[in-house]
Formats: sequence, C-alpha cells, structure tokens
Amino acid sequence: MFQSILVMLVVAFVSFSLFTFVGDPINNMVGEETSDEERTELRENLGLNDPVYVQFSRFVVNASQGEFGISYQLRRPVSELISERLPATLELVIISALIALVSGTLLGVYTGINRKGFLTDTILAVSLLGVSLPTFVIGILFIYLFAVILGVLPSFGRGEVVDLGFWSTGFLTTSGLKAIILPSVTLSLFQMTYIIRLVRAEMMEILQTDYIKFARARGINEKSIHYKHALKNGLIPVITIAGINIGTLIAFSIITETVFQWPGMGFLFIQAVKFVDIPIMSAYLVFIAFVFVMINFIVDILYYFIDPRIRVKSEAVSG
Amino acid sequence: MDNQRLTLLSRIQDSDIYFSFTKSPTAIVSTIILIIIFFCSFFVELVAPFNPFDPSSLSLMDAFTPPSWSKDGVAKFILGTDGQGRDMFSTILYGSRISLIVGFSAILFSLILGVTLGLTSGYFGGKYEMIVMRLTDVQLTVPSILMALLVDGIARGIISKELHDEMAIYVLIFAIGISEWPQFARVSRAATLVERNKDYVSASAIIGVSNIFIMFKHILPNIMRPVLVIGTIGLALAIIAESTLSFLGVGVPPTTPSLGTLIRIGNDFLFSGEWWITFFPAIFLVILAFSINLLGDWMRDTLNPKLN
Repeated sequence: MFQSILVMLVVAFVSFSLFTFVGDPINNMVGEETSDEERTELRENLGLNDPVYVQFSRFVVNASQGEFGISYQLRRPVSELISERLPATLELVIISALIALVSGTLLGVYTGINRKGFLTDTILAVSLLGVSLPTFVIGILFIYLFAVILGVLPSFGRGEVVDLGFWSTGFLTTSGLKAIILPSVTLSLFQMTYIIRLVRAEMMEILQTDYIKFARARGINEKSIHYKHALKNGLIPVITIAGINIGTLIAFSIITETVFQWPGMGFLFIQAVKFVDIPIMSAYLVFIAFVFVMINFIVDILYYFIDPRIRVKSEAVSG
Repeated sequence: MDNQRLTLLSRIQDSDIYFSFTKSPTAIVSTIILIIIFFCSFFVELVAPFNPFDPSSLSLMDAFTPPSWSKDGVAKFILGTDGQGRDMFSTILYGSRISLIVGFSAILFSLILGVTLGLTSGYFGGKYEMIVMRLTDVQLTVPSILMALLVDGIARGIISKELHDEMAIYVLIFAIGISEWPQFARVSRAATLVERNKDYVSASAIIGVSNIFIMFKHILPNIMRPVLVIGTIGLALAIIAESTLSFLGVGVPPTTPSLGTLIRIGNDFLFSGEWWITFFPAIFLVILAFSINLLGDWMRDTLNPKLN
C-alpha cells in the first residue's frame, strides 16, 4: 500500500516536472497578436510564476481531487473532459478484456490439449499473423469488410448512449451495442494471441506433471482432468497477464479510438499530443499510473485467494 | 587474404545456424522476401517506375486510377494511383524506405543503449545494477506505444513548430528507441551474469586486461546471440510502432510519407470506394512485419538451445 502511494507520487512528480519545464504553455494558448501585458496577466492567473515546490504541491493536492487545470486548447477543465470521456474508454476496454480473456483461454486450452491437428495449426498460424498485424490495420480491414462491403456494423462513434447522470453507457441501446463490436474485437485480438500462447504453454506443461498422471491413474475421466485439475493451475499466470493487459489495453485504445473515432480518452490524448495540450497529457499519465497501481494491487490480492501456496507462505512469514 | 575468405565461408557453411537455415523453409522464404523488400526500398530510384515526389511527373488526370487488373485500370500504374495521381507502387516503395530507416535506426539506438547498460550493470553489479534494473522494471510496465507518444509530445513542446517537421524523423527514432531498450538491457545483463564467472574472464582480469576491454572485446561477442534474437523481433515491433505513430499523425510529416502515413491518407478514401490507396500499403506493411517475425521465431528456436 505504501509502495503504491510512493509510485503514484513519483509519477505525479515526473508528469508535473516534465510538463512544467517543457515549452511555454502561454505560447500554445494565445495567438500571435496577443500583447505582452496580456501574456503576463494570463501567466499570473494560471499560477505559472510561483516557485516550483508551490506549483508541485498544488498539483498533487489538485490531482488527488481530480483537478488537473484547464485544457490549453479546449479551454475547459480537464476533469470535466476526462469524466466525459472515461465511460467510453472503460466500456471499450472492459469488453475487449473479456473477449480476449474468454476466447484466448478457450482457444489456448483447446490447442494445449489437442497438440496436433488442423484446427490447432490454423489457430496457431493465425495467432502469429495476429502479432504481425498492427492494431490499426486490423481496424481498417474490419471497417472495410463489415462497414463498407457488408454494411452491417457502424464504423465510427458510440451509437446512441444513455446518460445515467454520472455515466453515459452504450450498453442499453442496440446501436450502442452494435457500435462497440468492431472496436472491442479489434482491440482484443492482439492480447488474445498472447493469452492463447500462454495458456497453451501452461496446459502442455501441466499435463506432464505427476498429479495429472495420478489423476489419470485413478481413472478420472479426461474432461474432468483437463478442466478441473489442469485448468485451475493453468489460469494463475493468466491472471498476471490479464492484469498487465488491462493497462496495455487502455494504452492501445489510443489507436483503436482513433481508427473508429471512438469518443474516449485515447482520442482526447492523441489530440493533446498533437497540440501540446499539457494539462490533458499530464492528467492522462497520472490516470494510467493510477490504473496500473490499482490493477497490481488487485492482482496481488487475487493471488492470495487463488494460490494456496502463496497464502501458506505469507502466513508463515507473518506468523 | 583469399585463404581467409575461404575459411570464413567454410566456417559459415559448417555452422549449425547455416544447417538449420537450409532445413527451414519458412526461414528461407522470409529471408528471400526481406532481401527483395530491402533491395527495392534502398535502391528505390532504380526500381520504382515513377518518382512520386517529382511534381512534374504527376498529373491530376491520373488521380484515383484503380489497380491495373480492374476494369478502369491502366497498365502503367500496377497498383493504381492515389488522390494526387501518384503511382501507388512507387509511393509504397519510397514509404517503405522511410519505415525501414526509422525502424533500423530506432532498434540500433535501443540496442546500443540497452546492451551497454545491461552489460555494464551485469559486469559491475552493486547499486548501479540495482538502479538500472529498477529503471527497466518501471519502463516495462509502461506500454511502449504510450512511452513513444509521450516522448513525441514532449519533443513537440521543446522543439519549435518550424523545426519540428525537419526534426520529426529523429524525434521518432529517439521515441521508439527509448521505448524498446529495457528488453536489450535485461537480456544482455542476464547473459553477462553467466559469462562473468567463466574462467576466460577471470584469466583476462588476472593478466591485467582493463574492464572495458574485457566487457566489449571478450564478453560482448558471447552475449550477442540472445541480443540478435531480441533485435530481430524488436525490428518488427519498431516498424509497427513507426507506422502506428505515423498513422496517428504524430510520426513523419506528410511530405515524406512512410507506410503508416500512406495508410492514414488512404483511410480517408475507404468509404468512397478507393480501397487500394490504403489496402496496398497496409498489406505491404503486414508482409514486412510478418516476414521479420517469422525470421525472428526461427532465430529464437535456433540460437536458444535451452528453449528446445
């Protein structure tokens, strides 16, 4: 817990210092014809003349309350922009994480159990191709196939969204559900290939172990051995990978959101990079770090529940 | 001189790498594809039928010509033309040269940085090693595409707008290179830790060979195998990263389009039916990355006997 807070502080300082000393925000905000007096006044109003430690402590206090100042380019509070965009990104990421996890595990188990065969070879070949296909190319191919040629799925936006006050969701309308299919599948493919390979390797290793042989000797049927005995242990590394994956999915959603013009945070961030919109960039960085820290924390707790060996070890240490 | 060359050639033919290469059809096919692509990209002036960046050779009348085999196609534009009447085939080859230059430079940059840090930290150990390894840990948790985007954004802040277009390609090389180095550092450190305790290193140290000489002359050649594997797979990643950044519009400027830029430009025409403008650069990119990955897979299997 203490470590997590330390990591957050370091990231906050990095994002703060990078963006305080990089470039002149005033120059990015105003046009050529702004007079020097106006520039000075603006600088004073934004608190850019204060000493560094004052600025940093203000940054941390504000950041912990979700305040990251006002976007240079859009002239609106960053917190407002982020909370507007957050639901779109999270829905996209959650759906693709589910797709990647479920189908990745299923295919991985299948290819791990049936080591030879046409279907296994096909799945493995496609998964190697999947690593070589850049996310945006997959997205474009999908758009061309499903939106332009077949015309069955929308290629951009979120469709109709229902505003729940604090959260705008696309899950409640048909057009919203249709709109999430292409981007989420696109986003999940890359992660899915990793999970397939990981689960497959795990399964192949576990099926060689003594306890599986013993289970076979006891005459337990194959299905129960595969899914009850082997898969349980095979899933442990998947949890770690899944944790890291959610962070990676959020980062990769930058690309998917650009391809599908999905109104999420990644789209916001890429605009911010283009226009050097520092408050948005620093808020995004802190947000990503926060997500990573949280996920690591949750994964550690999950380990404790899933793997009895860790539980025994940590009890032995504390007791 | 002649004798030496002969021994080098026979040494290559005797090696297990060469043997495994001749036995692996995927390795041979992907190498042939890569040699063709590299040749066409670096001698693009000789290979390409047109120079797409010479305005006098362009005619807007030729714009949006479909590929030669379709109904309205013209034989001289094999893969059709884009919105400015540029021959797609030539544009792709010019673009692939930019992509390859950026990819190779970026991976070379991260290789030198990563191997130097990994080698020295594995050799010297202590606090220095700990700091380097913590740095790689931290950086490995940040997805490389995010890292590259951040570096690019910061560079935009530091470098003035006028200079940025000229500097863009160097910024891109730095941004991709800096996001890939931890892999090299980890692998070369792990290999150095093994080599450091071997007798030849102790022997060199006893006869008074300097640390730098031991590291770069004696240890370095022995840790190159895993580094080359990471480097090959990293090259595919770097090329994909470059095209992704260019696709997002933060890569190379449109005046010198890379494959990613071409795909982005073509993407705008997808809905009006001009699919070839984005399709061919995308397929070309996929073939390039796929061949490198296949070669990397083969190298990993051959050069890492432990994995067999």
